[in-house]
Formats: sequence, C-alpha cells, structure tokens
Amino acid sequence: MSRLTMAAALGHGLRRAMRDDERVVLMGEDIGRLGGVFRVTDGLLDEFGPARVVDTPLAEAGIVGTAVGLAYRGFRPVVEIQFDGFVYPAFDQIVCQVAKLHYRTQGRVRMPLTIRIPWAGGVGAAEHHSESPEAYFVHTSGLRVIAVSQPQDAYVMLRQAIACDDPVVFFEPKRLYHRKGDVDLADASPMGLARVARPGHDVTLVTYGAQVTTALDAAAAAEEDGVSIEVIDLRSLSPVDYRTLAASVRRTGRVVVTHEAGGEAGMAAEVITSLVERCFHYLEAPPERVTGHDIPYPPAKLEALHLPDLDRILDAVDRVLGRPASPTGFEDEVVIPEAEEAVR
Amino acid sequence: MTTMHTLNPTADPATDIDEVARLIRADGTRVCDGELDPWVDDVDHAFLRDLYRDMSLVRSVDTEGVALQRQGQLGLWAPCRGQEAAQVGTARALRPDDFVFPSYRELGVGLVRGAEPADVVLSWRGEVHATYDPQRMRTAPPQIIIGAQSLHAVGYAMGIQRDRGGEIAVAYFGDGATSQGDVNEAMVFASSFAAPVVFVCSNNQWAISEPVTVQARFPIAGRAPGFGIPSMRIDGNDVLACLAAMRWAADHARSGAGPAFLEAVTYRMGPHTTSDDPTRYRAPEDLEAWAQRDPIMRLEALLKAEDAWDDAFEAGVADRADELAAAVRDAALHARSREPLAVFDDVYAEPHTALAAQRRRFGAYLDGFADDEEDAR
Ligand SMILES: Cc1ncc(C[n+]2csc(CCOP(=O)(O)OP(=O)(O)O)c2C)c(N)n1
Repeated sequence: MSRLTMAAALGHGLRRAMRDDERVVLMGEDIGRLGGVFRVTDGLLDEFGPARVVDTPLAEAGIVGTAVGLAYRGFRPVVEIQFDGFVYPAFDQIVCQVAKLHYRTQGRVRMPLTIRIPWAGGVGAAEHHSESPEAYFVHTSGLRVIAVSQPQDAYVMLRQAIACDDPVVFFEPKRLYHRKGDVDLADASPMGLARVARPGHDVTLVTYGAQVTTALDAAAAAEEDGVSIEVIDLRSLSPVDYRTLAASVRRTGRVVVTHEAGGEAGMAAEVITSLVERCFHYLEAPPERVTGHDIPYPPAKLEALHLPDLDRILDAVDRVLGRPASPTGFEDEVVIPEAEEAVR
Repeated sequence: MTTMHTLNPTADPATDIDEVARLIRADGTRVCDGELDPWVDDVDHAFLRDLYRDMSLVRSVDTEGVALQRQGQLGLWAPCRGQEAAQVGTARALRPDDFVFPSYRELGVGLVRGAEPADVVLSWRGEVHATYDPQRMRTAPPQIIIGAQSLHAVGYAMGIQRDRGGEIAVAYFGDGATSQGDVNEAMVFASSFAAPVVFVCSNNQWAISEPVTVQARFPIAGRAPGFGIPSMRIDGNDVLACLAAMRWAADHARSGAGPAFLEAVTYRMGPHTTSDDPTRYRAPEDLEAWAQRDPIMRLEALLKAEDAWDDAFEAGVADRADELAAAVRDAALHARSREPLAVFDDVYAEPHTALAAQRRRFGAYLDGFADDEEDAR
C-alpha cells in the first residue's frame, strides 16, 4: 500500500503495463522529456526509450490515426490527448475508425487503444481546457468509457484499459490529479463495476469523476441533517453497471444523478431512463439530475456557478425526499392552448 | 548558397498533365526515362502480359460491378475504369507481406492482393462492411472516410520500424483526399519519424464533381517535398511507369530512408459512383481525350509493336476476364444475409453488458414471432 497522487498512480499504472507487455506504446504531445503537462508519464522515456514513449507532432487526428495503424500491427497504443477540448480534431478517427474497425471486419481487426484524456473543469483553466465530452463517446458503440475518481481506481483501471482488447476512452479528472490516496499496487479488481463510495439508505446519488468528491461532501452534510445518502461512483460510463445501481435504487426508492457535463442528452439522462426502466415500481419520487448548465464552458471566474456544487445537489435531494426545495422552474412551462380551451 | 525568400508555384495541376514521367506513350511506343528505366529492366514480355491480364481482369470485374448495381444486385459501385494502370502497376511492385491501406476505389489493388470474387461485391451489396481478412491479405478494408487510412498506414509503418520488419506500408487515396487534414498529418508523422510508408495519390482529376483545381493550385506531387518527402509524378495510365515508380518508392521506404510519395496522373472515365451523373459537370471532349490514353489499349499497342501479342493470348485473357466476372456475379447472386442477431456481433471484442442486454431483449422479441412462422407453415 502506497500513498500516491492520482497523477503518480496513473504513472505507476502505465509503467506496470509497459513492463508487463512490450507491445504497449505511449504517444502524445509532450509526454517524453517533459513527462506530460501533468507529469503522468514522468520518467517513462528514460526507462522505455523513444520507441515506446513517443513525443508526437501536434496533430490529434495524427496521434489517434497512427495509433490505429500500430494496433493493426499488433501494438497496444496508449495515447494522451493533452486536454479534453483538444480531442475534437481526433473525433473522426475515434468514432469512425477506432470504434468501428472491429465491427467492420467481423472481429478480425482489434483496436486495443487506450485514449487518456485529462478532463473537466474546476481548475481555473483557459478556454477549451475544461470540457466534459464523455457523452459523445458513450454514445459511440464500440468504445468503452472509463472515468476515474481516486488514485486506486486510476492505477487499476488504467492497467485494465490497456489490457482490454477493446478501445477505451479513459477520462482523468484534472481537478483530482494532485489529490493523494492509498493505492494497493497489487489490486486486480474486475473492470466495469460501479463502486459504492459511501453506503446509505434514503437516497441513491449517482456520479463519476471529480464530482464524486462533491457528492461525498454533500452526503456528509446531509448526514448531519439526518439524511442517509448512498453515493455511487459509476467508474465505467460504458457499459454502466446497472446491477449495482438498480440494487441501490430498489432499497432507497430515490435517485439523483449529478455530473459536470451539460444535462441535455447526457449521462444523467441515460442513467435515469435506464433506472426507470428497471426500477419504476420501486421509485418513491421522480428522479432528479443535477448537471452543468447547457452552455459553453464559462470563463474560469464563473465556473463555480456552472459546476454542480454541494448545495445544488442537496436541493435535488430535498426534492426527491419531498422536502421544501427551490422551485424546479418547470412549473409553468407547459401551455397547451387547445387544452385550456377545452377546459373552458 | 543563395537565400530564397519567395517560392513561386509555377505549374498548374490541370493543364500540365503531360509533365509526368512515363515509359509508354499513349500510342504504345516505348520511351526511355533515365530515372524509371533501371527499375523495370527485368520486365520482359511475359511480365508485360501479366500486367495486361491483370488490368483486363480489373476492367471486367468493374464492368460487371456496374451492371450488377444497375440490376439491383448491389447498392452501390465505385467504378475505376481508366485507373487500372495506376492500381495494378503500383500494387504489382509490392511484396505480399507489405501492408496496404486502400480507398474504396482500389478494386485493382484488391484483386492484385488476392481478393476473392465475394470480397469485391459483398460489402457493396450491404451484406457486411468488410469482407476479406485484413491480416491474411495484408490489406486493410477499403476506406470510405476520405484520407483517414493515410494515418493508419503511417502508424502501421511505425510499427514495422519497432519490429525491425522489412515490410512497408502503403496508403492509397485520391486527389480530393489531399485536402484532408489526415493526409497532411500523415505526411508530417511519416516524415518526422522516417516511417517506411509510400503514399499513392491517384489523381483522377475529380472528387465527385469538384475538379482537382479546387483541391490544388500546384501539382500534388509538389507538396510532398515540403514535408521532407521525395515524390514522383507519373503517368497514371502507363502501367510500366507506375510499376517502376512504385518500385523506386518502395525501395526508398524499405531502405530506411523514410516515406515516398507518388502522384499518378490519371482519369476517372466513369461516374464517381453509380449514384453520380458526371454529365452535369464534365465536358464530353475531356472524356474523349482521355479515352485516347486508355491504359489497357496502350499496353496492347506496345505488346503488338513488340510482337508479343497473339490471338491465343488475347482469347485466354478474355476467357479469364469473363470467368472472373461470372464468379463475381455468382457471389453477388448467391449471397446469403447473416441471421438477424448477427448485427450485434463483434461490436466489442470482450463482453459488454449493455449490448448483451440489448441483444437478449431483441432476441426475445424476435422469438415472439416464432409461433406466427409455425402457423404460416
Ligand atoms: C471525410 C469525407 N468527406 C466526404 C466524403 C464524401 N465523398 C466520398 S468520395 C468523395 C470524393 C473523393 O475524391 P478523391 O479523394 O479525389 O477520390 P476519388 O473518389 O476521385 O477516387 C467525397 C467527397 C467522404 N467519404 N468522406
């Protein structure tokens, strides 16, 4: 057991994967000499050399597209996209090539790529450095999507992602890179399962990434108020571990989903619908989602207003508990003139 | 050394189509080219006849493909009539273990690399996305996203470097593709890492309805040196020149000297695909002019001039061409669609719980019709 930051845990995960399998090759901008802008790949160039830790030209489609070629050749490329907002130039290669080649070729071509993305906001960054693009990738069949929230998972799940024969988009919350946690370097827990980050029995609060921290704070605050919140960290966004989620919702009867990304057609919409399909008769209240606003990521000085904080989460918790809460804003929205006419 | 402050483009890609390296003139006479000749000094009449036969087979299958589409047997077909020399000539220069990343129009490359009759029709028919085994044929499935495969070729070549393999990777694409970011990024990566890759641009003058001048104001081969990549501009309707140039390029890449780039100047005689109407954008005179440069006729003229032609050869090739076309037709007509739940196959290499659940549900739904089918019997 070691005490490591998430960045260091990821670095250990990479080192371990590279030692275990010489077909693992890292590619990205500034990942060599510099060790990556977040220093995740620190020291790897020295240990593995420039053929396995490749400082690439500044071309995201190029990074992912050449990784596709390496995968054709039997390598297991791990690419680093420098920041979330810079994955878009590589979007075509990810969704049209990486995600589909196995399907297109009836399973004859494997794309065991891991695409690491320093992700999401809350770090006071410049424009295009705080994006939450996960829903695009979750929506794309053929990809697996992982979002980690603590050093232990970062270490274990990165190794699992690299060992997986499917492509994995791997989100690393920047906000937590320097947060320390205990890491058991021998841990080999299975991939794709959600984690009950804090048990509880009144409300199921589902989240992932850096938002897990906020959710745990909310749960601690609610506890003082006599409300027991079960916080579930999804960890895997594709596939979602509905077994764990549904078991929790069947006990609590109440569910709130929260994430940084905008709400429209986002993870919360998906998770809530899937839970309603599975647990409708167990629900005591309409599910709630607490998300970022559906706006371009705001300037750093305003980002705190965008990120769903503890109070917004607790407000939704109050609502699912039927306690006084802020108005939803939905009340007067639906006006059907014909219906009013008919009533008159 | 003098300092050059300005670099002025001097050539026009639309009007200088004759500024190309060639070994066979349009009338079939053999010309010498100091750069190309050494690469084909082993090419005897038997070899030339092989090239002729290959091009004839490609044309035959291509003609059959168009017919099958017209008869409703294929959803779409992308003809390559006129481009047989560029495809066959370059592909014949490769080793079987080299790895090729083609676009959807490279029928000839596929046939040279060993595609079976079913391999050339099943995807156009919509039975599967890709047919042959890429690893066995050392050829990636034909790419539809313009230019994407150029990066795959470079990545593959980077893999060859890591394995210290002696193979090369090859990317085929059109003139339109050279406008894509991917192709430009591919050249940057290839050059920076000295990857053993050859880029083959089949400049067939058109990207659907857009003439090459919309993509380029300077001959496309002229771009590669700007990336640090040596290039050659060749007559794409001259199969011998294509063979020679590709042997040069492949040798360059194989020797560890890094990538090479070929621009094969040719012409797409047919529509872009069977859905296209080229009369809307193309002058009939152009078509007529290019018909005079037909790659197959040209080689036939050379073979005749060199007394390497006889009726038995001609008939033999025609028979093979008919046989192959018939086999392709057969493969299309006898294609059996896969069972319904196969749509869920191979989305992932490892089990994915969400998709497994969806498959189960859809399977149960389909099973609900089993009784109806019983009744109907
Ligand atoms: C990224 C992308 N954009 C647009 C298309 C639609 N499209 C298919 S073929 C084509 C023209 C391509 O021209 P070129 O690269 O010259 O190749 P050619 O078809 O002439 O062989 C276009 C625009 C596509 N397949 N992919």
